[in-house]
Amino acid sequence: MSAADTGNEPLPSLEQQRIAQAREGRWRPLPLIRSRHWRWIINLSVLLYVVLAWLSVDVNWSRVAQGMERGQAFVASFLQPDFTSRGGEILTGLWESLTMTFTATVIGVALAIPVGLGAARNIAPLPVYFVCRGIIAVSRTFQEIIIAILFVTMFGFGPLAGVITLAFATIGFMAKLLAEDIEDTQKEPLEAIRATGGGWLQWINYAVQPQVMPRLIGLSLYRLDINFRESAVIGIVGAGGIGATLNTSINRYDYDTSAAILLLIIVIVLMSEYLSGYVRKWTQ
Amino acid sequence: MLKLTGLSKRYDTGDLALNDINLTVPAGQVMALIGPSGAGKSTLIRCVNRLVEPSTGSIELDGQDITRARGARLRQARRQIGMIFQNYALVERLSVMENVLSGRLAYVGFWRSFLRQFPSSDIQQAFNLLERVGLQTMFDKRGDALSGGQKQRVGIARALMQNPKLLLVDEPTASLDPKTSRQIMRLICELCREQQLAAIINIHDVVLAQQFVDRVVGLRGGELVFDGDPKDLSPEILTSIYGEEDWSVADDNHEEADAPATASVDIAGAHP
Amino acid sequence: MPVKHVNNVPVWQRREPLKQYAIWAGWMLGGMLFLLCWKVISDNTIWEFMNDAGTQAGSLIGRMIPPDWSITGSLMLPLWDTINIATVGTALGILIAFPLAFLAARNTTPHPALRAVALAIIVSSRSINALIWAMLLVTIVGPGIFAGMLAIALRSIGFVGKLLYEAIEEIHPTPVEALSSTGAARTQVLAYAVWPQIMPAFAGISVYRWDINIREATTLGLVGAGGIGLQMNAAINNLAWAQVATVFVLIFATVIVSEWVSAKVRHAVI
Ligand SMILES: Nc1ncnc2c1ncn2[C@@H]1O[C@H](COP(=O)(O)OP(=O)(O)OP(=O)(O)O)[C@@H](O)[C@H]1O
Ligand SMILES: [Mg+2]
Repeated sequence: MSAADTGNEPLPSLEQQRIAQAREGRWRPLPLIRSRHWRWIINLSVLLYVVLAWLSVDVNWSRVAQGMERGQAFVASFLQPDFTSRGGEILTGLWESLTMTFTATVIGVALAIPVGLGAARNIAPLPVYFVCRGIIAVSRTFQEIIIAILFVTMFGFGPLAGVITLAFATIGFMAKLLAEDIEDTQKEPLEAIRATGGGWLQWINYAVQPQVMPRLIGLSLYRLDINFRESAVIGIVGAGGIGATLNTSINRYDYDTSAAILLLIIVIVLMSEYLSGYVRKWTQ
Repeated sequence: MLKLTGLSKRYDTGDLALNDINLTVPAGQVMALIGPSGAGKSTLIRCVNRLVEPSTGSIELDGQDITRARGARLRQARRQIGMIFQNYALVERLSVMENVLSGRLAYVGFWRSFLRQFPSSDIQQAFNLLERVGLQTMFDKRGDALSGGQKQRVGIARALMQNPKLLLVDEPTASLDPKTSRQIMRLICELCREQQLAAIINIHDVVLAQQFVDRVVGLRGGELVFDGDPKDLSPEILTSIYGEEDWSVADDNHEEADAPATASVDIAGAHP
Repeated sequence: MPVKHVNNVPVWQRREPLKQYAIWAGWMLGGMLFLLCWKVISDNTIWEFMNDAGTQAGSLIGRMIPPDWSITGSLMLPLWDTINIATVGTALGILIAFPLAFLAARNTTPHPALRAVALAIIVSSRSINALIWAMLLVTIVGPGIFAGMLAIALRSIGFVGKLLYEAIEEIHPTPVEALSSTGAARTQVLAYAVWPQIMPAFAGISVYRWDINIREATTLGLVGAGGIGLQMNAAINNLAWAQVATVFVLIFATVIVSEWVSAKVRHAVI
């Protein structure tokens, strides 16, 4: 029966080898990637990438050295931010950013709900599913700033283009997470309520909504936060908000004003985070 | 070897978990610590290796006062005290071997341990311990791939890797089935006798404790209420520890449980 | 549905309507706020532009189709730069975020003061968009890929740092206690008890951020920080919409691939 009887011993298995070695005090952890071949290939390709990436960067060190002074000035300006000399612009910019954020989030979430329902494989018919997934993919791929450029071209400068941009970005973000949430909901309630024979809307209202509502609220608050941060950017291309003021101040090397604006953004983000934590606790 | 003097612990919440405990454990003695839930058993053994900071009193290990030890001195003291946990406290994503070797961390430097370059004597010891607890073929398995009993065996091996003088054992069997509980308890006590280790074992199963230990200490409401031989645990004393209860059933169980238990151990022993 | 409960369980009748009024009041307030905000925006909008928005959009799309495929070859190098900006930037960001997360986590921080500093760095980095970092860095280190990498890194610190320190705060404390009680040094406890527990989260967070960074890196060229955004910016300024469309298609393809890679890796580690 055993190998010893037949005379030619089979090679000990890896496990037996390791046991024998450990008995003698030799042991190494099992490598993450079993095949020696693949380990080499992966290590080499990582090395190769590092070299190639290194070659693609050409740092102009004399320019960097020149800029260091400005870098120091920027860091120092955080200690003496200048809120007043451009106070008026900052105030209107912030106010516009905030209103854009709120309006866009409301519109975006409202539109994201139907898109999200349509993008959930377990409740939407296939053609609707593909259309909604397409909308989500486009909205998620292109950064707010790119979309803002397009909408500014279409609707002209001003906050309206910004609101539409942020709303469009919100749709992709919210609808994707919402759809995943719906796809993850428990099947039993869905089927139980469908079995009672109600209409589609009733079905959504009773079976889906209760299961995804708390997360929907949490995500909306999170998106409010993101939209505010983005609203500070899209102003660069003329879509309204604080971004234009920030952009000008940076280009003029007026770092004290930039620091003031950045500090205001940080404080508002902090506040909204604190608030959303509170609201999330409250809704649960 | 271990000497607690006037040890008290008041948690920040205001609970007085330990009240003026005086206790001496000589080398090589296996001691059971019993008492109702919330009596302060866990607090007591956690004070010994300073996972919990005692409020007043002193802890002496081999004549050294470690009550206020810090940094390297505290680590040096902890190295001599092995601890075994109710929920095993393994690092689940590390292999069994790594878990056992982690008992050796205080003996090797950071980089050696980080690169898993343990001295070969340590690896041999780890392997022998794994053999002793019956897991020699499992050392490549990940911690979360083991059963509860197997995890506890790894926990025991890890504690013994420290070459401790004292073992602190917090309810080693509370999450295990009765048979595995007996096996684990027997294993711990046998190992303590083999290596001349002192041990403090927190345990709720009085019958099991009586069978294996040299000494029983009863705790109630943070105070020492019994200290003596396991044979002396009468129903009156149990009442004084746990409160009013009809203990006769437990006694019956004790008589009955003994015989089949030995049988089951034989069966277990027959297995390879 | 509160009304149902009211019929079934009379005890709740007193509280339910109160809560209901509060919810209605909340909706009312929200609606009013929305109208107010809308008015602000509408006041700042030149509605005349809106009249021909449809034609504008139509002509824009008309000029984008078909994309100008002839420039695809010349876009490959900028695309490679974009990927490098994202990858190297993410790596740099992680390098800084990793120790920062241990300083910021309540259970591993050496000192509360250090924790406060780490949290301040994390929140500042998180609040400011990569594009703003890029604008600043372009004025400091000059235009180019380097500024882009630093911008991506600066933005990633906060993101990775926050998610990682939350993961550290959620680890099981018992293995940490167990290894501390063997007498292991602090760093050893981190390496043996904390790191294995956060490793999957760390890998997931890192590729997730890399995926986001690929998207963000496509835009950095708009402010001069290198990558395919430079070409996009040039094309937009020349109103060469067919070329812009080509850039869009390339970005779209790259993002789809990076999303696929990131999803694969995240599946593998969980
Ligand atoms: N971290 C803590 N903070 C505040 N109070 C605590 C803490 N840990 C324990 N206590 C309190 O100290 C007392 C003793 O608790 P301890 O865990 O030592 O009891 P125990 O005897 O081990 O109980 P059990 O048998 O249930 O494990 C209890 O009243 C408990 O509420
Ligand atoms: Mg306990």
